[in-house]
Amino acid sequence: MSDHDKIYSTQLQDKTERSTLLMFVLTAIAVAIGGIVEIVPLFYLPNTAMCQNDPTCNNTQHKDLNGNVIPMDKIIWNPATSAHKTLDDWQPGDGVRPYKPLELAGRNVYIREGCFLCHSQMIRPFRDEKDRYGHYSIAEESMYDHTYQWGSKRTGPDLARLAGKYSDEWHRRHLMYPRDVVPESVMPNYFWLNDKKVDVAETVETMKVLTIMPFNPVPKTIYTDAYIAGAAAELEGKTDLEALIAFLQSLGNHVKFEEGVNYRD
Amino acid sequence: MEANQATPVKYDMEVVRWFTIAAAIYACVGTLIGVYVASELAWPFLNFDLEWITFGRLRPLHTNAVIFAFGGCALMATGFYIVQRTGATKLWSNGLAWATFIGWNLIIVSAVITLPLGWTSGKEYAELEWPIDIAIAVVWLMYGFNYIMTIGIRKTSHIYVSNWFTMGMIVMITYLHVVNSMAIPVSMTNSFSIYSGVQDAMIQWWWGHNAVGFYLTGGFLAIMYYFVPKQAGRPVFSYRLSVLHFWALTFGYVWLGAHHLQYTALPDWTGSLGAAVSLAMIIPSWGGAMNGMMTLSGAWDRLRTDYILRFLVVALAFYAMSTFEGPVMSIKTVNALSHYTDWTVGHVHSGALGWMAMVAYGAIYHMIKKLWGVEKMYSEGLVNVHFWLATIGTVVYVVAMWVSGIMQGLMWRDYDEYGTLTYTFVESVSAMHPYYAMRAIGGLIFNIGTWIALYNIVMTVRTASSARSASAVPANA
Repeated sequence: MSDHDKIYSTQLQDKTERSTLLMFVLTAIAVAIGGIVEIVPLFYLPNTAMCQNDPTCNNTQHKDLNGNVIPMDKIIWNPATSAHKTLDDWQPGDGVRPYKPLELAGRNVYIREGCFLCHSQMIRPFRDEKDRYGHYSIAEESMYDHTYQWGSKRTGPDLARLAGKYSDEWHRRHLMYPRDVVPESVMPNYFWLNDKKVDVAETVETMKVLTIMPFNPVPKTIYTDAYIAGAAAELEGKTDLEALIAFLQSLGNHVKFEEGVNYRD
Repeated sequence: MEANQATPVKYDMEVVRWFTIAAAIYACVGTLIGVYVASELAWPFLNFDLEWITFGRLRPLHTNAVIFAFGGCALMATGFYIVQRTGATKLWSNGLAWATFIGWNLIIVSAVITLPLGWTSGKEYAELEWPIDIAIAVVWLMYGFNYIMTIGIRKTSHIYVSNWFTMGMIVMITYLHVVNSMAIPVSMTNSFSIYSGVQDAMIQWWWGHNAVGFYLTGGFLAIMYYFVPKQAGRPVFSYRLSVLHFWALTFGYVWLGAHHLQYTALPDWTGSLGAAVSLAMIIPSWGGAMNGMMTLSGAWDRLRTDYILRFLVVALAFYAMSTFEGPVMSIKTVNALSHYTDWTVGHVHSGALGWMAMVAYGAIYHMIKKLWGVEKMYSEGLVNVHFWLATIGTVVYVVAMWVSGIMQGLMWRDYDEYGTLTYTFVESVSAMHPYYAMRAIGGLIFNIGTWIALYNIVMTVRTASSARSASAVPANA
């Protein structure tokens, strides 16, 4: 036997090293497994806010202290069962809802300017985060967030429950010249957002696209054809700054959280 | 004749030369943008009220430039070099390799244009918009297909270990890019992920961590397994260890992404599973690092004189350090402190500067000499200067981020005697200022090194070219 044929490891390994195809196939299988195990169940298990065509969201059951299940329509706004039937009637605490047109335009600004690189939108279940930001975030709250915005870094504070914490006027001054309001801030000035008009066509198109998403689309009973048709008039003449403020004022007040309920399982 | 001997004509090395020079240029540019965005956090006036250079728009340009421009060109240069040399064959298609070079660089140019304009998908490390994503998929498949076909036409019996790692990278990056980039466009410049919330987060970090695991680690381990033995003039310490290293990483690394989502709205089991496998990955990672280190057995004295070897060895030390730090940070109790802080940024940079850039520069210097057929760099002394700037810059950067990250984490969770939070958020911001300045300085030191490297490389190439044409003239006369 020449050196050439000597096997230094196992027969399978040796065979694999001699065959481009076998090496390719085995590698392609090996790298696929972990992702499949961790990702695919998130589309089928409860507590992952995968709710399309299924009002129970894969049988998610958040229970209170007495073991009673909280109805999902208390957590996710359902116009059919809610006292408030349209997005314009919706009130904080009615449950998770899609964005209104101006908020959606603001969300596009938020993404465009890379706000998520410095601000998270995901409060963890710790005492200090509750004291600083509010109730921990739950899966349902970002179910309509196509391209999620949880972020990974807090150069600035978390924004998940920003709604109502500051006035619109505070936001306007802070966004335009952050250091006029918070002298230690390192945020860029965004006064130039005040000079930009909202991209009406793109926002309307965004609403249409959100209704055709394969996973967690916005129900057409909420973004009705009439509602989308009316969006343009609402957006006309608004600035990016106004839109961004509307978006920030919509964050985190959708669900009315109750004491003692475990919203994580 | 000397020149031809070093680069036998049977290889397609011209495209490798171009990728190598491109990598050296992009390293300068990418880290320079990094220094600038770091400075913006220390001194916000540097945003200059220009929307195109605000931190939020420039930071993705920095990450894309270092990962895909510098990292990508370094990987493609070394990949095409290694696959030919270890297979004793030309490329399957030289033309496809050139198309890859042109395509990849056009993608980089389009990133430079679109990211400052705010055309972003809003996914960290995958910011480029959908038309560019499609171009990336096409060019990546051109690269991968050419690479694997070249392995297929090799003249040697066994596939060399570096090529296993590169093949793993090619397959995995294809999966990741295609699945993570799935989006519905609303215009040529904007699109939205087809996934939302929990699922989008998991898929994004499956992408994010495996871009690190297979591209910045696997691809650069391919570099390590070829250039460390070559530069040390000794065979890889243990063949069996490299088999273990490869299969354990290839199977295991894929599971780690979930550890980026500890304590989020993701189900707990996912993050725990990610952390458990992360801890297990210490074993193959350190096995691989030891395999590289021990390759120098009996050649350690060469570190005194061989500055290229210094790059490769320090890179392995940072690889070992980062692959220990990462699993520690994935443990839930540690992650509770470290997540959202600068510690993560420090960890990334100990990997990216200390491991990835160092091993890449070791390979680039080695290849420059071989590709242009010279015995020495224009200045070996400048290689040593670059080495020390790179090492010191990395250490300054990482230490600054360790201190600021842990300080942030501790300030955010601190309570006073009355049971209320001790610090407001903005107090933690102002406490970071000295460390943000220190980080910018560390980055600047590293960046200066890259310019010295570029100067040294350009001068080496020029000297080699003029020597060649000088020797060619009398031959023709």
